[in-house]
Amino acid sequence: MRLLNFWATHASELGAMVERHLFLVLLSTLIATAIGLPAGIAAAHRPRLGRPLLAAASIAQTIPSLALLGFLLPLPFIGGIGPRIAIVALILYALLPIVRSTAAGLTSIDRAVIDAGVAMGMTPRQLLWLVELPLALPSIVAGIRIATIVGIGTATIAAAIGAGGLGEYIFRGLSMVDSTVILAGAIPAAVLALLADGVLTWVEKRLAPGRRRPSRAAPVAIAAGVIILVAATSGIGSPARGTIVIGSKNFTEQVVLGELLAQTLERRGIAVTRRLNLGGSFICDRAIRSGDIDIYVEYTGTALAAILKQPIVKEPDVAFAAVRDAYARAGLSILPPLGFNNTFAIVVRRTDADALGLKTIEDLRRVDAAWRPGFGYEFAERSDGYSGLATAYGLHFTAPPRVMDLDLVYRALATKQVDVIAGDATSGLIKALDLTMLDDNRRYFPPYYAVPVVRSAALLAHPEVRDALMRLAGKISETDMRAMNAAVDVEHRDVKETVKEYLAVHPS
Amino acid sequence: MSSPSIERNAQADQADSIVSLKDVRFSYGSQLVLDNLNFSVAAAESVAVVGRSGAGKSTVLKLINRLLLPDAGHVYVQGRDTREWDPIALRRRTGYVLQDIGLFPHLTIAENVALVPRLEGWTDERRRARAHELLDLVGLPPALYAARWPYELSGGQRQRVGVARALAVDPPLVLMDEPFGALDAMTRQELRGEFQRIRRQLRQTVIFVTHDMDEAFALGDRVGVLDGGRLTFSSCAS
Repeated sequence: MRLLNFWATHASELGAMVERHLFLVLLSTLIATAIGLPAGIAAAHRPRLGRPLLAAASIAQTIPSLALLGFLLPLPFIGGIGPRIAIVALILYALLPIVRSTAAGLTSIDRAVIDAGVAMGMTPRQLLWLVELPLALPSIVAGIRIATIVGIGTATIAAAIGAGGLGEYIFRGLSMVDSTVILAGAIPAAVLALLADGVLTWVEKRLAPGRRRPSRAAPVAIAAGVIILVAATSGIGSPARGTIVIGSKNFTEQVVLGELLAQTLERRGIAVTRRLNLGGSFICDRAIRSGDIDIYVEYTGTALAAILKQPIVKEPDVAFAAVRDAYARAGLSILPPLGFNNTFAIVVRRTDADALGLKTIEDLRRVDAAWRPGFGYEFAERSDGYSGLATAYGLHFTAPPRVMDLDLVYRALATKQVDVIAGDATSGLIKALDLTMLDDNRRYFPPYYAVPVVRSAALLAHPEVRDALMRLAGKISETDMRAMNAAVDVEHRDVKETVKEYLAVHPS
Repeated sequence: MSSPSIERNAQADQADSIVSLKDVRFSYGSQLVLDNLNFSVAAAESVAVVGRSGAGKSTVLKLINRLLLPDAGHVYVQGRDTREWDPIALRRRTGYVLQDIGLFPHLTIAENVALVPRLEGWTDERRRARAHELLDLVGLPPALYAARWPYELSGGQRQRVGVARALAVDPPLVLMDEPFGALDAMTRQELRGEFQRIRRQLRQTVIFVTHDMDEAFALGDRVGVLDGGRLTFSSCAS
């Protein structure tokens, strides 16, 4: 019954997620009803208007939810990370069942009843309110019920764009490959859906005077039974507790670092559980704050900007101190930097650097203005990217930068399609393609020093963890990190083997 | 009961008649249904209109309560052209009984009967009293039937409710469109008797259409046969 345990230890978080989930679904269903009801009435009264209306609602329904969120993301006013976009998406999904069932409810009313109403001298408004809507109400409520149930399910996807809700557990569980965490979110969502179904079915039944309907109790009981059975048998993929749980984000360097921390602790006889490849910074942060993982490696610049939402600080020590203080308040400890700085890197071919004596970015002022720069989309666009760099160093190239996928710029540089690029300081391709990185001597780029983030409670309980990790401080240079990244990314070597070899050469 | 006609060329009998059709022509699309139709109905008269299905019987009724307007000619109700009537006001003072009855399934029997009074803004108490009075009239004891739902009643009982509903605001004119058409022979017989009893009691003007000659002669003071767009009255029966 790991699941019950999980809920018990995450009770307040779970409550907040259920609340957020309900907020998303109720608000969107409410707005969808406010739009869908008049639209359904219009569709029923004017078939010429109704057909395109229903078609539009149907099309919205066919867009996969993740894709819909993707489409909405860049839109002004409604776009952007957070609940607003999720509510818009949920409204779009809720519209079809509501519009369709409203129209169906109205058009299926016995013609004689409408005729009688008209012949008795009802105004169109009276006919709508006294006859049509009351008679269509069970059908309308059925539509709202379906919209609500679909909404509760779809809202779990909203966690993908940071809207919160029970989907957060599901995503966290998926990336941790931990069925307990998935179920921790999935079961409450299913229970919510069943409750909504039950309540709204009851309302529906009450609105149809005297008409008997089959009881819903049986299917609800069966569904509840299945869920409880699944919950009881879940325990698959759950770690043995009492070990140190190490997490990482989902890219090569992070997985290598997670493995490196794990092997370092294991060498000292500390039992660890690996939860590598969790997801982005956000997921790792939530996971460590809720105690699902004990350690992961973060970068000072990322911690400041993306997690703590503070302004970027250029001075590495100041950035480190700011991050350490902010995390301490959340019960998290920042250990000294591992050594390397995974910042943006201005990279040229080694042959050019040697021939022209290029060591720093400043030295680029001496090269031919006909040099062609090449950047990834982000660096080309952002004001703290190329334009800021050019201003800071007084650089000027006559050719406009060639913009391409970040993975391609290294190869474009190696094949002499461009002459200077912006990349990752620790990319394995720098070494593999015989490129060299120029020093940011004016400190234009913010510091992205890799630092282990550890739950303070875990450090207190396991003092040996601190000892072991302190020994890694300052040990991993940019060259080391690049070499390990290259081993995995370029030579396709096994992460465990790569780390083992590194630790054999660099004992800590 | 009648108001003076506004039409200058209105004929003299118009003032005495509740309903009067003058040279009425009506067609659905290219199909001519009524052609130069002329007839008048006096107060407290019961007129039966018979004809084959599709002869335009229902159309005649719909012209009278302005569910339809004639292509040509005039329909006068209480001396006033239906074009000048506010359709809502006209329909509320014209009882209408449909073959399909069209009871409101979401309203109780009493609520169905008291619907037009509700539209007219009567108080709850007055509506209730009126509904009970009418249910008594049509032979449905209110104690047993007032609170029941339409689906709980038999076809004949439902049509009794339909008649009660049409009489709710004591309209001077009642239109009935095949009122007993959907009922079995036994029930038809029974309701015919009821109809005559109620008629004797209320003396309302009634125009009803039917395809049943026996029924027409049994219930109508006059019987008109609608054929080829024209109405021909045969001699009075009873």
